[in-house]
Amino acid sequence: MASYAAVLIFLLLGIGLVLVTFFTARLIRPSNPYKEKNQTYECGERPFGDSWVQFNNRFYIFALLFVIFDVEVVFLFPWAVAFNQLGLFALIEMVIFIVILVFGLVYAWKKGVLKWV
Amino acid sequence: MIPIAHYLILGGLLFAIGAVGVIVSRNLIVMFMSIELMLNAANLAIIAFSRSLNLMDGHVFVFLIMAVAAAEAAVGLAIIIAIFRNRETINADKFNLLRR
Amino acid sequence: MDIRSAAIDLGLISPEIIILASAMVVLLLGTVLKSRGLMAFLSLLGLVVGLVLVLQQWSQPQSGYYGMVLKDNFSVFFSVVFIMTAIITLLMARDYLIAKHIDRHEFYTLLMFSTVGMMLMAGSTDLVVIFLGLEIMSVPLYVMAGMNKIDPKSNESGIKYFMIGAFASSFLVFGIALLYGASGTTDLRRIMADFSFLKMQSELLLYSGALLVMTGFAFKVAAVPFHMWVPDVYEGAPTPVTGFFSVGPKAAGFAALLRICVYGFSGMAELTAVFWLLAVLTMVVGNVLAIFQNNIKRMLAYSSIAHAGYILVALTAGGEGAVSSAVYYLLAYMFFNLGGFTIVTIIDSRTGSNSQIDEIKGLAGRHPYLASLLALFMFALAGFPPTAGFMGKFYIFSEAVRNGFVWLTVIAVMNSLVSVFYYLRVVVAAFFGKPDQEFSPVSFSPALFIALLVTAVGTLALGCFPGYWLELSQMSMFPII
Repeated sequence: MASYAAVLIFLLLGIGLVLVTFFTARLIRPSNPYKEKNQTYECGERPFGDSWVQFNNRFYIFALLFVIFDVEVVFLFPWAVAFNQLGLFALIEMVIFIVILVFGLVYAWKKGVLKWV
Repeated sequence: MIPIAHYLILGGLLFAIGAVGVIVSRNLIVMFMSIELMLNAANLAIIAFSRSLNLMDGHVFVFLIMAVAAAEAAVGLAIIIAIFRNRETINADKFNLLRR
Repeated sequence: MDIRSAAIDLGLISPEIIILASAMVVLLLGTVLKSRGLMAFLSLLGLVVGLVLVLQQWSQPQSGYYGMVLKDNFSVFFSVVFIMTAIITLLMARDYLIAKHIDRHEFYTLLMFSTVGMMLMAGSTDLVVIFLGLEIMSVPLYVMAGMNKIDPKSNESGIKYFMIGAFASSFLVFGIALLYGASGTTDLRRIMADFSFLKMQSELLLYSGALLVMTGFAFKVAAVPFHMWVPDVYEGAPTPVTGFFSVGPKAAGFAALLRICVYGFSGMAELTAVFWLLAVLTMVVGNVLAIFQNNIKRMLAYSSIAHAGYILVALTAGGEGAVSSAVYYLLAYMFFNLGGFTIVTIIDSRTGSNSQIDEIKGLAGRHPYLASLLALFMFALAGFPPTAGFMGKFYIFSEAVRNGFVWLTVIAVMNSLVSVFYYLRVVVAAFFGKPDQEFSPVSFSPALFIALLVTAVGTLALGCFPGYWLELSQMSMFPII
């Protein structure tokens, strides 16, 4: 249990530090709000519209494609770690696995998903 | 070493929060996120058991569940997009065409 | 693993591989070639080759992949049911898809993916593989339900099926997690072997895990009180897809459930009470609510719930005879339910159809043969002799009585009497109903003809010559170790 005391102290310190800096800054900073200052910050551009905009749902398609291929790496990783013990057969199996994934990618490509219309 | 019961309580709580979220929420995306939470609660329980029993197959099972969850996410979000294009809403209460 | 044992293992799952490969070929070819008929033909070819390969595995039980894949007669029998379901669905779907302008090659691919998932579900005693099979089955089904992208009803069906399906599978996964924790294995055979020891050691984990797994499957086979999604999903999905839903996933769910109950949890006597309650609720709610439906797809949805109830009666009774009667019933149910759906699909293919029962009025005047086939399938669903429906129910009920579940059988028989009312309503509409306007004729293709022929012959053959088929279903029982 004693080893968790360090975690607790660390946690309290972390929270405390944030609170202290936050309130010190509030006490000593000058307060001079005007219209431009209160605007949303958009990388220096003049902001337009609300910050709660709906993103174009085409982004979702790309995100989906990314998620699928991203997660499949999970299967490559253990194979790569144990590559030396697994040998040739596992290599062939992995190639088949990747080929199946490529099937999916080619399908998406042929369907025109990769194009930004 | 943290006892296994702690992991199980956390997993059970996450699962319960997810289940309640699915039932209470009316937003399709939030419902979907709650389902993912339930799956991850199961993942947590499996990993905890796998550690405490000193077995490796639990790890593999978790990988498989993650892949399945990703596939489900892809299909689910695609269906949600399709329905959003038609109806301009993702409020589950609005989907009542099939109940006369 | 060396190459030779790998080759044996690959031979074990060769039907799955063939179907999967042809699914992927169709998926890619369809983006290049325009001919959808060719795609349908290639898919049909893949399924038939798969069927032939599966049949060759009959009565030579083998296991592979460290015991994770099990090809006994049980899994072969169910694989045949799944592939037949896919083939009949494919045959009946084509004209409907063309009529509704959703003739995409993805439909065939998804159909085959889903079939492979079902085959994996039936072909394993390992909970992980059963779960994976379930997901491979379900994910394509979500897409198929929402396939008609511009139809808001189809969208709704897809999203509802997806939400409920994902919800149910997370219950299943959590249940598997608890069982894994209780026993240290996911193989049902090993859970059963150590059952009494495990029960002493970690009873709470074991029982809560079993209940969660049961809940997950109850959603999948649409047992009351986990049925509320069924009518909506069935109504909104394209009609051939609904036919596929009502047979394929249900049979797969029951295949896994039979394995789990007989292998894994046979030591849990308490589960009998749970199943008793589930069976009664499922039959009563399904049959009573089916009476009030005017939409034929909704009516068939409630009827499929009721039929799940009859199979649950067999599961409650337990024992080898009851399980083989459930297997027989599922085979029979495949024939007559798909036959019924083929005719509904034909009628639904007409433009402006809304699948109301009233729209069937006048069918007999225009298409007498179609109407008599419809009557045959409805009689089979209601359980009249000499159809397969009668023999199926007869075997289940007699097994239930033999195992001492008299009251359950009485309730089941009363339920099937109630069901006669709503099935006959369809037949009466077809033969004696006065249509509001002239019945617009339906188009008819060779594919539909074959689908109707197979289902009608199957319905009659299982009803008239039940001995042979019952023997097959008894042979497909896995040995209770």
